[in-house]
Parts: sequence; structure tokens; C-alpha cells
Amino acid sequence: MPHLDPQQQAPARPPSPSAAQHLPQPSPPASTAVACGAPTGSPDDLTLRAPGSPGELFRVFNRLALQGFGGVLPIAQRELVERARWLTREQFVELLSVAQVLPGPNVVNLALMYGDRTFGWRGGLAALAGMIAAPLGVVLALTLAYAHFRAYAPVAGALRGMGAVAAGLIFATGVKLAPALRRNALGMGRALGFAAFMFLAIAVLRVPLLWALLVLGGLSCTLAWRRLRP
Amino acid sequence: MTATLEGGDWWGLFGQFLLLSLLSIGGAIGTAPEMHRYLVEQHHWMSNEQFTTAIAIAQAAPGPNLLFIAVLGWDLGGFFGMGVTMLGILLPSTTLTLAAARWGERRRDTRGVRAFVNGMAPLTVGLVLSTGYILGKPSYGEAWLVALLAASASISVRTRLSPLWLIAAGGVVGAVLG
Repeated sequence: MPHLDPQQQAPARPPSPSAAQHLPQPSPPASTAVACGAPTGSPDDLTLRAPGSPGELFRVFNRLALQGFGGVLPIAQRELVERARWLTREQFVELLSVAQVLPGPNVVNLALMYGDRTFGWRGGLAALAGMIAAPLGVVLALTLAYAHFRAYAPVAGALRGMGAVAAGLIFATGVKLAPALRRNALGMGRALGFAAFMFLAIAVLRVPLLWALLVLGGLSCTLAWRRLRP
Repeated sequence: MTATLEGGDWWGLFGQFLLLSLLSIGGAIGTAPEMHRYLVEQHHWMSNEQFTTAIAIAQAAPGPNLLFIAVLGWDLGGFFGMGVTMLGILLPSTTLTLAAARWGERRRDTRGVRAFVNGMAPLTVGLVLSTGYILGKPSYGEAWLVALLAASASISVRTRLSPLWLIAAGGVVGAVLG
């Protein structure tokens, strides 16, 4: 793993305005700026990179999908933010937020939107294909293998063990994304409060997602709107 | 393969998945209860066990969880069934996502879009934590699974170890203890 950078985890991220200019992209430079309440950029943004071709999009999304056992989200965060450095942590949360409220699997939407943003619909398709094609083959092979070995107890045990780890990894992803709320227009405290209410509604009270999004999202967006007063 | 679907059944299935695609806000796994109702209870095209296994296999395999829908399609009718369910679940949502993303991109610096993105970010974090909690439910009954879950979460937060190793370790521990 060559691109390890301890800075990436550092909580303090003072702004630097020059980040967006380092991204060679066919679309206007403005499209790479973060639509965030706080100013964009940070020292590590100076090394923010961009994919060179749809082929590279396919390869990176293929690589991250094939590592994503029990869900791609933890790997997507690691590959796109920490390794490929295509997105800052804030940009990742933003893309994910939009991907989350649109219909469709979150990580698939995220791949599609990021690909489209860099190389138009060709990029979107390349990222989507990278995300799905190879894992589809693996899932098929597993389906056939499982039909063969399902009576074998250690296989069932291994599936349960991997399931527990997968849940732990997704939980950890949530914890790692929380510091991105520091720069939220709502303010860190209120943002964490909304995150906690969302958890309560979805995980504990099992409120249907649509209602949770309408009520809590309506409140938080209205509050953000008022605090963004020009 | 228990199902015998005919021409009209495939169109019905395709239509059902097109509709579910538009309702799959927050991820494909959220549509699983509705798919279960349609495929298992209403049409008896597959058994309870087949349905649960499809989700377990997709979660154990690399790639997006959405691939459980490919396994369902495969069980219903091989490669053709897989094409029908996957195309159905992907077509509407990808089209809508591309259109909405481009619309938002052009207005990204307006107060409305910024308020939306800033307002939704905390809910996203809450939703990711909820997903971890809900996916962990089958593990809460047994101490070794809870320990596995907590250990992997804590290692993942503190170190930059690739999740691949943690999943592999979970598989080995499960094969021995489970």
C-alpha cells in the first residue's frame, strides 16, 4: 500500500484556495469545488488527484469493488479519499449524501456521479461497470460453490463471522466520517445531534427511511438554509 | 431452480423491479422486504431459504450489496433472469441519478443546493451508523460474534489496515468457532 499518509487523518484542515486548479478535467474547474458551507481545500488537497481516463476510473472502481466484502462503503472511503486521493473527506461525505437521497444503491450512485463529473456519461458508465462487472462474476461463482458446500458447518460459520466483521466495518466508516461534519454549515454540535437523531429513528425506532428523511432532512436543510444567509 | 416463469411473468417481474428501483432510497438492501413479499409470498417463485441465502452470499462476496438482486435473478432463470432483475433495478435509478447530479452540479453554489447538501450530511453519517447496527443484528445473540464485531470496528477506526484482512480473519474465526 504505497500511498499511506498520516496527514489524511489529521483533524485540523486549514483552508487553502488553490486546490481545485490541480485537477486536470474536461469540465470547468468550478465543478471540482466543494459546495460546502465552509471554504474548500486543505494542505493535503494540494496532492488531490484526478483520474486520467475512463479506463482508470474503471480500474480504480473495479479494484475497490473487489475488495469490498460485506459492502463497498468502507473501501470506497479508503480508496477514493486515502489512497487515490480523488476526493477530500468532505467531498466524499457530500457525494455520499446526494447518492443517499437519490434512489439506487449508494455506492453505485456515488460511482456514477463521480464518473459523470470527470468524463461525462462515458466516465459514469466506466465507473459503474468497474463497480459491478467483476463482483458479479464472483457472486455467481460463490452461488454455485455454496450450492455445493452448504451442508458443511465451517462454511456456515465462516459466513457468520464475516457478516459480523462487515457490520463492524460499516460502523467504523460512520465513526470515521463524523469529523467531516466539523465544517458543516449547521455547526459541529447541531450536525452531530442530527446524526444521532437519524440513528435513533432508523436503527432503534425503525421509522421508514422516507419519513425520517422528510422530517429530519426538512428540519436540517431549513436550518442550514437559514444559517447560510448571504 | 424452483421457478417456472413464463413470458408474461417476466414482464411483471421487470416492471416490479423498475418500480422498486425508484423506491430504493438509501440503498438496494432497503427494498429486500418488498422483494421478499413479491417473489416468495405472492408468487411462490422461490423459497424463504433461497431468498435469505441470496442476501447472505452477496454480503459475503466482494462488491455492492445490490448483487443479491443478481443472485435472485439467477435463481429465477439463469443468465436471462439475472439480466431482467439487474436491468430493472438499475435502469431507473441510474438515469435519475445522472439527471439529478447534473442539475445539482450546475447550481452547486446556490444557497438552496448548499443548504440541501449541508443539511443532508449529518443524516448520512447517522444512516451509515444505522446500517452497521442493523447488519450486526444476526450477531448480537452470541458473545464471540459481538466481540468480533467490536474488535473489527475498533481496529478499523484506529489503524489503516485493509478491511480485507479483517474480513478474512472473521471468516477464519467463524469457521473455527461457528
